[in-house]
Amino acid sequence: MLKVLRDLLRYNREFLFGTLLIGIIIALVIASFFSPYDELTTYAVIPDMPPGGEYWLGTNSRGQDMFWQLAASMRNTLMFGLVVAIISRVIAIVVGLVSGYVGGKTDQIIMAFNDTLGALPNIPILLLLVFVMRDQMTWGVLALTAAMLGWTHDSRLIRSVALSLRTREFTRHAAFSGMRTGQVLFREHLPYVMPIVFFTTMNNLIWAIGLEVTLSILGFSDINRPTIGGMIYWANAHSAMVAGIWWWIAVPMLAVVILFLGLFLLAMSVNEYIDPRSRLARMGA
Amino acid sequence: MNGYLNYVAKRFGQFVFVVVTGVTLSFLIAHFSPVDPVEQTVSLLTNFGATDPRTVEVLRQSLRELYGTDGSLLSQYFLFWGRVLTGDFGPSLSAFPTPVMTIIGRALPWTIGLLTLATLISWVIGNFLGAIAGYFRNSRAIKLVGLFVMALQPIPTYITGLTLLIVFGFLWPILPISGGAQLNLTPAASWAYISSVIQYGTLPALTLVLVGMGGWFVSMRSLVSNIVTDDYVVYAELAGVPSRTVFSQYVARNAMLPQVTGLALSLGNVFGGAVIVEFIFNYPGIGKLMIAGIYAGDYSLVLGVTTFSVIAVATAVFLIDILYPLIDPRVKLG
Repeated sequence: MLKVLRDLLRYNREFLFGTLLIGIIIALVIASFFSPYDELTTYAVIPDMPPGGEYWLGTNSRGQDMFWQLAASMRNTLMFGLVVAIISRVIAIVVGLVSGYVGGKTDQIIMAFNDTLGALPNIPILLLLVFVMRDQMTWGVLALTAAMLGWTHDSRLIRSVALSLRTREFTRHAAFSGMRTGQVLFREHLPYVMPIVFFTTMNNLIWAIGLEVTLSILGFSDINRPTIGGMIYWANAHSAMVAGIWWWIAVPMLAVVILFLGLFLLAMSVNEYIDPRSRLARMGA
Repeated sequence: MNGYLNYVAKRFGQFVFVVVTGVTLSFLIAHFSPVDPVEQTVSLLTNFGATDPRTVEVLRQSLRELYGTDGSLLSQYFLFWGRVLTGDFGPSLSAFPTPVMTIIGRALPWTIGLLTLATLISWVIGNFLGAIAGYFRNSRAIKLVGLFVMALQPIPTYITGLTLLIVFGFLWPILPISGGAQLNLTPAASWAYISSVIQYGTLPALTLVLVGMGGWFVSMRSLVSNIVTDDYVVYAELAGVPSRTVFSQYVARNAMLPQVTGLALSLGNVFGGAVIVEFIFNYPGIGKLMIAGIYAGDYSLVLGVTTFSVIAVATAVFLIDILYPLIDPRVKLG
């Protein structure tokens, strides 16, 4: 594993840049635990200070230090993405493996349901949910809902692998030696789909964080909990662009770009590593 | 022909299934929510000064009828279906007494126009660039373009839109950033009105194109680079077929077909992006309508728009699906 990482860092430029960008983000998240201010307090510092020596990224009109605000926001936003990614991965793995292994009518029914859920436009449904939940909409509920919507594409991928594993010799051996279905899936098939799971996690993380950023920019999440989208929401609410406090908008936007580019580069290089065809193409074969 | 009818029937079944699930989901979300739309509206209306309790009771009764929250859950569900099928979502609360359907009808042409155009443009550009990048793998210029296109793709729609708004609205103000057309022009088939619509639509469309094209680029590139190594392509090249012909007739044409299916699959996401873009640029379409409805607490409008957009997206997917066999002669119709 370590050797693979070292090789990737040395020979894969996308992986190197991705790691660097995500490194910045992780450093921010770690820094957030040493914040001198409570992330929820307003008017802790002088408002509207431009970026400089004392306040690295300036301060906003709500009297918050942008650097520490950004750090806390990054932690919360990443947390949301990870929760969504983990829950939806579990659903995708279970549905994909079961559907592929059991096959037949069950498979058809599960996949019909899967495709139906995947065909529904997410944003309108999430917006409706936000609308009816109003103040009861915590980030946990939002994460759970997003996870419920975000697994369909990946479970189909996992199913296609499971479908081919089903007819392999070792599956028959396992079944005849008395392993229960759950055991076959968990012990025999799961390792085969792990590369796909890893790759789709990256994409799912990008999707989930994008969703969170979007919804909180619109003010449709807990607006007092600092998030990247929430920072932009507050900047818009105070008309930061018009008031000339450009750093209030620029800092979170830049952070989003760094985060997404980093995740995307990692996803791309890992995908390339997993897919032997593109590795051959890279070698010039 | 019989095979084609069979195929259409199957797709139609899927379409109905998607619509039923979507409508049911909208209904369940709306009805199991902790917020009662009737009480919410009553408190909104009685906020300003004391109102006679009898008036409030009558108001409550008529609101219940309006929202269809009377009776058991099952009868409410069927009532809701009746409303969906007749396209009657009741009057909007924020624009009382205009029916929700009328408001949706007014916004619909804007969204359809913006979405169709932006989706087509991004599909064409993304696939074209992707095909070139897959075919001429060693060109540095194309690699650079590819990196740029791909880097734009994961950035959330909002960030891209806001960046364009800041660049072309504040730093270098050459394009209008808010609205669908100049307000003092009456909608007509005049040159002035049409050119204004195009001007106002440029930034929203550009945002959708920039965000959308990366996905097409990546999948087209990998499709093409797989096809390039196929025997028939190698043979054509060895036989001396001009590389331009090999590229357009042998490679790109074959690789394009799965991308059409991909278009159908991506529509739901594209619609979500359009909602955000319309909000940023204050574009008078369905998405802006929905967000405005949420801010205004307009229950019937939000429920109407959600249900309508689920059905609209499913319909668009269905249309692409049934047109697909007409362009791909290989698809099995049985």
